[in-house]
Amino acid sequence: MGSKALKSLLMATSILATAGFAHAADTEITIESWRTDDLAIWQEKLIPAFEAKNPGIKVKFAPTPPTEYDAALGARFDAGSAGDIITCRPFDKSLEQFKRGNLASLNDLAGMKNFSDVAKAAWTTDDGKDAFCVPMASVIHGFIYNKDAFDKLGIAVPATEAEFFAALDKIKADGTYIPMAMGTKDLWEAATMGYQNIGPTYWKGEEGRAKLIKGEEKLTDAPWVEPYKVLLKWKDYLGDGFEAQTYPDSQNLFTLGRAAIYPAGSWEIGLFNTQAQFKMGAFPPPVKNAGDACYISDHNDIGAGLNAKSKHPEESKKFLDWVASPEFADIYANALPGFFSLNSTPVKMQDPLAQEFVSWREKCKPTIRSTYQILSRGTPNLENETWVESANVINGTDTPEAAAKKLQDGLDSWYKPAK
Amino acid sequence: MSTVEQASADRGNDKRPWRWHILVFLTPALLVYTAVMILPLIETLRLSLFNVKDGQSVFVGFDNFAVLFGDPRWAASFWNALKNNFIFFIIHMVVQNPIGVALAALLSVPKLRFGAFYRTALFLPTLLSFVIVGFIWKLILSPIWGVSPFLLDLVGLKSLFSPWLGKPGSALIAVSLISVWQYVGIPMMLIYAAMLNIPDEVLEAAECDGVTGWSQFWKIKLPLILPSIGIISILTFVGNFNAFDLVYTVQGALAGPDGATDILGTLLYRTFFGFQLQIGDKSMGATIATVMFLIILSGVCLYLFAIQRRMRRYQF
Repeated sequence: MGSKALKSLLMATSILATAGFAHAADTEITIESWRTDDLAIWQEKLIPAFEAKNPGIKVKFAPTPPTEYDAALGARFDAGSAGDIITCRPFDKSLEQFKRGNLASLNDLAGMKNFSDVAKAAWTTDDGKDAFCVPMASVIHGFIYNKDAFDKLGIAVPATEAEFFAALDKIKADGTYIPMAMGTKDLWEAATMGYQNIGPTYWKGEEGRAKLIKGEEKLTDAPWVEPYKVLLKWKDYLGDGFEAQTYPDSQNLFTLGRAAIYPAGSWEIGLFNTQAQFKMGAFPPPVKNAGDACYISDHNDIGAGLNAKSKHPEESKKFLDWVASPEFADIYANALPGFFSLNSTPVKMQDPLAQEFVSWREKCKPTIRSTYQILSRGTPNLENETWVESANVINGTDTPEAAAKKLQDGLDSWYKPAK
Repeated sequence: MSTVEQASADRGNDKRPWRWHILVFLTPALLVYTAVMILPLIETLRLSLFNVKDGQSVFVGFDNFAVLFGDPRWAASFWNALKNNFIFFIIHMVVQNPIGVALAALLSVPKLRFGAFYRTALFLPTLLSFVIVGFIWKLILSPIWGVSPFLLDLVGLKSLFSPWLGKPGSALIAVSLISVWQYVGIPMMLIYAAMLNIPDEVLEAAECDGVTGWSQFWKIKLPLILPSIGIISILTFVGNFNAFDLVYTVQGALAGPDGATDILGTLLYRTFFGFQLQIGDKSMGATIATVMFLIILSGVCLYLFAIQRRMRRYQF
């Protein structure tokens, strides 16, 4: 990490130093990003693939460490020294840059037609008129399970809520494994891996999320309280002392083979593949009754936008068009299993676990995390409150109804849905 | 030599010479202190009277304070943080300082062997980074890998163990005790130094009068170290109401579970810098910082004017 950070720092300074010189032959475009971990993938795979097809354009990937990215990018925008291509955080952070005129509208970019509205939601204005970043990748929620444990105990992969709890009961009765690896100490595990993972099934994904934003549904309504009631039932299947179990604890419990089921985000795939010594499988959030439509959280995470003040807008647009292409999606998604392309053309994943995750897109309806768009703009912040309340429900500090009421009251205090 | 002094003294009678060296020696420290302490403080106080409206920073008077104390949500988080902070402080006063005094008293027993070793060992945690302290204690108390459930199991008391850091009822006490463990070396060292300053003649005289052992501690040593205890109390007060780091490393910025370990420092951090999807609110952050400043200021003033002036000092 240290050497990587140093490397990226050196990269960044060398770019600043050379920015003044015009290259007579080639146009150079620079990518701003927080994904320092992806430096090798960009330099070895993505950039050569683009440059081979577009002679005359040189691309430089210049990442800043994630914790400094937002501040550093803001400062570079102000100073007029930001790169041509901007890697976009989802929702409000990028929207703010667009409103300030730092990001250009990409409505006329041909490649944008390769993406669905849900995929573009994270980088579209509230009225849906302007899109300003090409969606690059999303993360999908589901459950990763220990296949060896399931085989040993003769458990079939659960598809419904009843089967899910029957499986948990069986694992608990056997006693070899902790049924589920999740803790509430870090709060966000309960909210992100718990509430946002199973929730879409109950509030019907995008449909419920839109109603919530419009004010037609409230967090105290049954579809939003029910996931909390289910989470409360999880309590009995978590490990001893889950109240003080942290996120790395949960990861380790699962990869060491001590727990059978892990409520997951797909970003775990890369790490789990290298650490777990047993076979793994994955299943989507169980539906309530057999045959119900299934919903998954397919949450937009990374996009790519155009600096409105870029000196090379044409070349940069060419590059963004390529980012929107199936070719980019294929290279990117396979280099980083767990970060799935949002492109409408399905990508053939080589990693079996990633393949399983992405296959749910075909049978289930995708949605994004309910708290991210619009609803977390005020104080108290709905996302942060959801962390606290999800942990409270599992810890038994609050009942599902009380938690929902607290969240809705907090939201009501500043959010007035457009009538 | 003497003539020069004579001359300057003569001149001083009609016109004091401009003692420019005082200025020269004071300026660097004054400049640095002004730049890194006084200006930010003034800027914080100023910022607490402003707020952003329609993208413009405008003067709003005491509106921010009205929101902090008047809005039920802001007030609830503020009073919760203040209450937790008081509990945090009281635990330090009741546990850390008496233990510090007791350790110092034990260390100053003349017949004690390995005194230097104990002194170093007990002071060592204070020198550790809070990141390390937070990390080790999280591991020690971890219900999964921790050594504490194992040790309790060895003596058959496993049933007493619970995930203390994760329960709203015990998390604050656990974090406070971790902080006590880390900082107990400071009162110990200060009191130890004060005890070494007690002249042997006083103690010998006491022994001649038959005052030994416990009564010697209560009647001779304790009154003589009271000024040091006063200083320690005020240091603890200032340190605790500025505390942030340990809670942040052990419990995270949301100071969970359910805000049970939220103190003024973590509330300020979340408000000022924002957290996760919450965007930082500089004006409200500065308002909380100002209230913290006033709390600490009034605490220190109370000590200086009400307690320290009445304290009796003994000169030898």
